Formats: sequence, C-alpha cells, structure tokens
Amino acid sequence: MKATANVKKAAHLAEPLLRMDRLPHIWCPGCGIGATVNCFASALAKCGIPREKIAVVSGIGCTGRVAGYVKLDSFHTTHGRPIPFATGLALGNPELKVVVYSGDGDIVAIGGNHFMHAARRNVSMTVICVNNFIYGMTGGQVAPTTPEEARATTAPYGCYEPPFNLPFLAKSCGAVYVARWTAMHIRHTTNSMVEAINKKGFSFIEIIAPCPTVYSRLNRLGDGLDMLKFYRENSEIRNGAATEDLDITFKGKIICGKFVDREAPTYLDRMNGQLQKVLKDRYVPWGVPSKTGLDRCVS
Amino acid sequence: MADQAGVSSVRERARAFGVPKPRPVRAKIVIEWEQCKGCGFCVEFCPTGALKLSTEFNKKGYHPPVPDPEQCQDCGFCELVCPEFSIYSVDVTESESHGRSNGQDLVNESYR
Repeated sequence: MKATANVKKAAHLAEPLLRMDRLPHIWCPGCGIGATVNCFASALAKCGIPREKIAVVSGIGCTGRVAGYVKLDSFHTTHGRPIPFATGLALGNPELKVVVYSGDGDIVAIGGNHFMHAARRNVSMTVICVNNFIYGMTGGQVAPTTPEEARATTAPYGCYEPPFNLPFLAKSCGAVYVARWTAMHIRHTTNSMVEAINKKGFSFIEIIAPCPTVYSRLNRLGDGLDMLKFYRENSEIRNGAATEDLDITFKGKIICGKFVDREAPTYLDRMNGQLQKVLKDRYVPWGVPSKTGLDRCVS
Repeated sequence: MADQAGVSSVRERARAFGVPKPRPVRAKIVIEWEQCKGCGFCVEFCPTGALKLSTEFNKKGYHPPVPDPEQCQDCGFCELVCPEFSIYSVDVTESESHGRSNGQDLVNESYR
C-alpha cells in the first residue's frame, strides 16, 4: 500500500475494547450479538467515560459471552445472577458505571426476580438485554420471550404461553430509562446506549437480535440476513409510545424507540436520605460526590 | 427538481463566501478475510453498494465480501453492523493511491 496522508484510524473501532486474542468469537454466522457489541464499543467511545470506571457483568448464555470478550473489568456470573452481582458492585463502588450485558433467558427468565427488584430499587446500572426470543445456547427451549405460535424444541406445535413485554415490565417495575431497538438499528442503539450509560438510575435497553441457528431455523425464518431484512420492513420507531402496547407477536410488527426517560431518586439517594433523617450527624453519606471525589464512608 | 436547484444555489453561495468545494471522499475498506463468517450484513446494508460477496472461500469455508473502493463513502456502517468485527473503512481522501480496479489489494489475507 502506498502511504496515506489522511488516515483517520487504522483499526476496527471495537478493537480497543475487545480481547482480540479471544477472537473469532463463538457466535454463529448471522447472529446479531456482535453488532450490539459494536454499538456498545462505539457508545463507550462517545460517552467519554474512562475505561477503568466501567464494569461489565454477564450471566450465562450466548450474550453472556460478552463479558469474556470485552477488555474491561468484567465478570461472568452464574445463570441469572448478573443483576445481584452488579447491584453489589454498584453499591460497593458508586464511582463505577455498571453495565449488565446479557440475554433474555438470563435477565428475565431465571433472573427475572432480580431484574424486577433492581428496577424497583432503582439501583444505578444499565441493563442491556439482547432478546433473541429463545434459549439459543442450550438448544432452543421456550423462553419467557418466545412469541405465541413460534416453534421451539420444547414447543414443537408452537408456543402457547403469552410472552413478556420487556419495556412494560421494566417501566412498571420502576426503570428510569427504557428503550427497545433491533440489531438493525445500529445508530439508534448506539445513541440509546450513550443515554442509558449517562443516566442516573436503572436504565434498560432491549435489543432484538436474530438467532439464525435455533429460532429462525425452527420457525423457517431464513438466516440472520433475512431476519435483519424482516426487521427493516416490519419495525416501526415510535418514541414515547405507551409501553403496554409493545407486545411482540410472531412475524408481527416490532415497535422500537425510547419509551421512558424520567428522573427518580436512586437506591443510594433514598438510603442516604432515610438514614440521614433518622441518624442525623451520626451518619456519613455513602457515594456522595465531595471535593475529594466520592466519600469512602471511612474516617 | 426544486430541491436540486436549492442545493446547487446553496453551494454556489457557500463558494462565494470562500467555503472550499468539498472533496470526494476516498476510503480504504479493510477486511479481515479469515475472520469473516459470510453473513452478508455489510453487503446488504452498505448504502452505496460498495460491497459484494466473493466467489472465493476463506479457510472456514465462507465467502467474505469484496470491496469496490471507488464507491465507498466511509460512512462506517459496515464496521458497526459486522458481527465478526472483521470489516472497517479508513478515510484516505488525500492519499495518492489511485487507479485501483479491484479491491483485492485491500483484503487482509491473514488475521494478526
């Protein structure tokens, strides 16, 4: 190659964020998780938070592998438990921006209880839930997000359980930021991640991603590219839409957008407020910015 | 048509104020040939149609894309949509390397 005068960058944008020695990753051809990781890398570059102030927590599942691929402080927890771990991390070190990056089976199935309670307490964390409608890694069992009529290995005649509407669940539990995008809405997802990471409180982003090996194959929906084309034709951006209308149906329209962006006191705000009210001067507030940074609650 | 006329008049006025004529963007598309899994996302979603799937195989047996650098506008969408982190573009607008007929010289044959 001849010399270039105006070289903007010489490597992939996600390269500073990834453990390149662990690539190629385990995700199937046509899987949407890699695209969401690109969005995450680009969002981290945009929001300008130093890398040592970010922690990524994942659970088990295909999306749970993200914690192993990012070159950040990260932890790969047991199945369904990234949110309790992240809660401890966020409360123990309030300086950290804690990002929970996991799949639908991990966050709202086995970890559904933890999800509800972290949202109720409004613990400062960002939950990125990659929803592929099925348990992909274990072979395609019905998940709480599998749409009615869709086939799965444990529902060969079609699923007959009503699925979760994740934005509605997150909003009613108390999340302060709720958005839903698909793996095709790359730039929207990136902007949404920047907003969610900068948000104080429990922010939640659902990203609908294709699972070409299990979900699409069992339901004859084509490969990953066909799913992305389906999202392009059947998704509708409706920012601020009422979350109860966001049900996902099999082969139906997918409503995307930012649905909730509100302010609410976080868990630490409430804890400090209540304990200060009762204990007065005997209480040293925890995690409150002071001149020397964040107080460590030790004297 | 009215829009076209409006755009040209804006450009003429901008030039009258000394704004330089925008240079055409030239970009280099780098493909990590062996890392690609041939999903075709970049080919489908490239806004200028600068990519097409190769007929050749990589070591894993997939068909990675072949770039047409003449059409690339360095929007970076392929870089964001690629689930394998195996494609990106580099702005080489002021580069002297012209006259490429195919993109073969831009493909990284080995990954790291």
